[in-house]
Amino acid sequence: MTSYLLTGVTLPDGRRGDLLLDEGIIAEAGTGLSAAGATRIDADGLLALPGLVDLHTHLREPGGEGSETVLTGSRAAAAGGYTAVSAMANTSPVADTASVVEQVQALGDAAGYVTVRPIGAVTRGLAGEQLADIGAMARSRAKVRMFSDDGFCVADPLLMRRALEYIRGFGGVLAQHAQEPRLTVGAQLNEGPASAELGLAGWPAVAEEAIIARDVLLAQHTGARLHVCHLSTAGSVEIVRWAKSRGIAVTAEVTPHHLLLTDRLASGYDARYKVNPPLRSDEDVEAVRAGLADGTIDVVATDHAPHPDDSKSCEWSAAANGMVGLESALSVVHEAMVDTGLLDWAGVARVMSEAPARIGGIDGQGEPVAAGSAAELTLYDPSARRDFGLGDLAGRSRNSPYLGRSLPGRVVAVFHRGRPTVLEGELRDAAEVAGA
Amino acid sequence: MKHLLSTRDLDRDAALRILDTAEDMAATQQREVKKLPTLRGRTVVNLFFEDSTRTRISFEAAAKRLSADVINFAAKGSSVSKGESLQDTAQTLEAIGADGIVIRHWASGAPAVLAASGWIASSVVNAGDGTHEHPTQALLDAFTLRRRLHGEASRGRDLDGVSVLIVGDILHSRVARSNVWLLTTLGARVTLVGPPTLLPHGIGGWPVAAVHDLDAAIADTAPDAVMMLRVQRERMNEAFFPSAREYSAGWGLTSSRFRALPERAVVMHPGPMNRGFEIASEAADSPRSTVLEQVANGVSVRMAALYLTLAGGAE
Repeated sequence: MTSYLLTGVTLPDGRRGDLLLDEGIIAEAGTGLSAAGATRIDADGLLALPGLVDLHTHLREPGGEGSETVLTGSRAAAAGGYTAVSAMANTSPVADTASVVEQVQALGDAAGYVTVRPIGAVTRGLAGEQLADIGAMARSRAKVRMFSDDGFCVADPLLMRRALEYIRGFGGVLAQHAQEPRLTVGAQLNEGPASAELGLAGWPAVAEEAIIARDVLLAQHTGARLHVCHLSTAGSVEIVRWAKSRGIAVTAEVTPHHLLLTDRLASGYDARYKVNPPLRSDEDVEAVRAGLADGTIDVVATDHAPHPDDSKSCEWSAAANGMVGLESALSVVHEAMVDTGLLDWAGVARVMSEAPARIGGIDGQGEPVAAGSAAELTLYDPSARRDFGLGDLAGRSRNSPYLGRSLPGRVVAVFHRGRPTVLEGELRDAAEVAGA
Repeated sequence: MKHLLSTRDLDRDAALRILDTAEDMAATQQREVKKLPTLRGRTVVNLFFEDSTRTRISFEAAAKRLSADVINFAAKGSSVSKGESLQDTAQTLEAIGADGIVIRHWASGAPAVLAASGWIASSVVNAGDGTHEHPTQALLDAFTLRRRLHGEASRGRDLDGVSVLIVGDILHSRVARSNVWLLTTLGARVTLVGPPTLLPHGIGGWPVAAVHDLDAAIADTAPDAVMMLRVQRERMNEAFFPSAREYSAGWGLTSSRFRALPERAVVMHPGPMNRGFEIASEAADSPRSTVLEQVANGVSVRMAALYLTLAGGAE
């Protein structure tokens, strides 16, 4: 196995040094390192972040291969600086049995760009009626630890209670898509000035907040772990802050787009900005940034949701929800959190790697950039700036809201299990990466 | 003017230009021969994704009086119901030779998407999109109101200081939205009246007042015009109001409310009317009702819209 000597990196805490990657781990960390036979990479001026970990990725396979596959989504992840992703369960067939999660896991292992951890469905077919094969998925080779009906809310309070209790028995966590269905019938856009003017049915903040409030109380009652997917409103931040202050076992994620974009972008009915939960107001953006900075929100998760062009170039109401996000996430967090002074790079490492690895129970990920840690690393040039374009997208779909927008930073190299998946800003070939 | 998509993006001069052009069109309609050669050889497609016989025949009459060829296309389905997509439908119509597309669509924003898409080179005129806008309806309402106020001397006049009540289901009304922007751009004072369930959330920034008590609004604003909106009775099944009777009692233009209006006030309705529900026949059939004038003026306003978008409105 080739070893790599990265010289002159800046660590998340600001210190500078060299890193020697060998046999899949960071073998040495220090200054003035040398290693015969190692491939030397001059990383002067580059940040060495722990490989990014996404808790919320739609890889679309099986069933949606026209939009993305495990391989193409893994490539998009690597291009964005990720070394692990969590594959959401809303595939076709739904990941509600051991065989589907084992298939996704195997496809991820074969692709080799990132660790792929399948998320299991909470209910069979995401239908919200009966529990899925939770135990079988937990005991399968995929060892599922996170369960979610994402795309749909586990709305029935009794079923939610039972699911929390049952998953707790396997040491798992339930990731809830918080959306009260009756309050969001036909909903198209955040309910507020934009939806009023555009004549689009409103998706009120209360429909998210009411479910989160209920769920944190159920988590308290059952002693189970709750993870809140794509939290998007100021009120939701307040509820999670209150729950954490009471010692309730709740964690929460925010997407990059909810940290940067608002519902005003819908004014031209460009469906690239259609997403669920919807883009919110300036006040909500301020609140989720503050919540991420103070630890109320634990992680940034992409909700990478690839869709074919014809699902987006149509009437707003007919368009699919979702945007791709893996390739742009780090730059968006850079702009929304670092450039604003709300988070330093150690904080970015926490919310994009360490905390998601811990919450998802993903071994060998999110470890500190130090000797003895797994060699899962992203080298990032924080001084770069680019006009984000189609060439920056590495997956199969192009539904990015950032196309044509100037974003800071650039991923220069990514190491997964000690081997490069990205070098000099370019993805390595699938054949070189596969079968690591 | 390449497209007419909304009244939100019309400034006072652009709005007056359309209204004054409509006056010119109306004048030609007093002649023995009503047909003008303006759009001879041009093709206008009425692309209707939603049934609306009234709006379609009004546009059809307008196009024909300008000598355009007219194709009516009732598009069933959509990308939602796995029918033909908006893109394919529009490109097909342009390949047939359309120069202008008049589009009625159930989806808010569909005309804007079509105009911005680059799929077609045709002009796009919004004939009502979802719960967003219905700009030609608002223009004909403003035209009608201006004529009632200023008669033959309407050209160049705006609606400065005119008080208008818009009453009913504001939430689902594209007519209300288009009128809010257009009437206030022209200087009118607009008050929206309806039950709280039927006023949109998030209208605090609109240049209007919004109240719930119709009797108080009539007393307080001494309106020059009361615009009643069509309300679907089925809304009560979605808990917007308890019953048709309670809606009528609170927000219908009943005979007694009609009599409480100032003498000069006119009664407007975009049609079709639910008589006895949102409007009493005494009001609908009175000389102060503009309902039929609105229909007649609609042809003139749509002639102006087609002329300005398709003939480029030669200066």
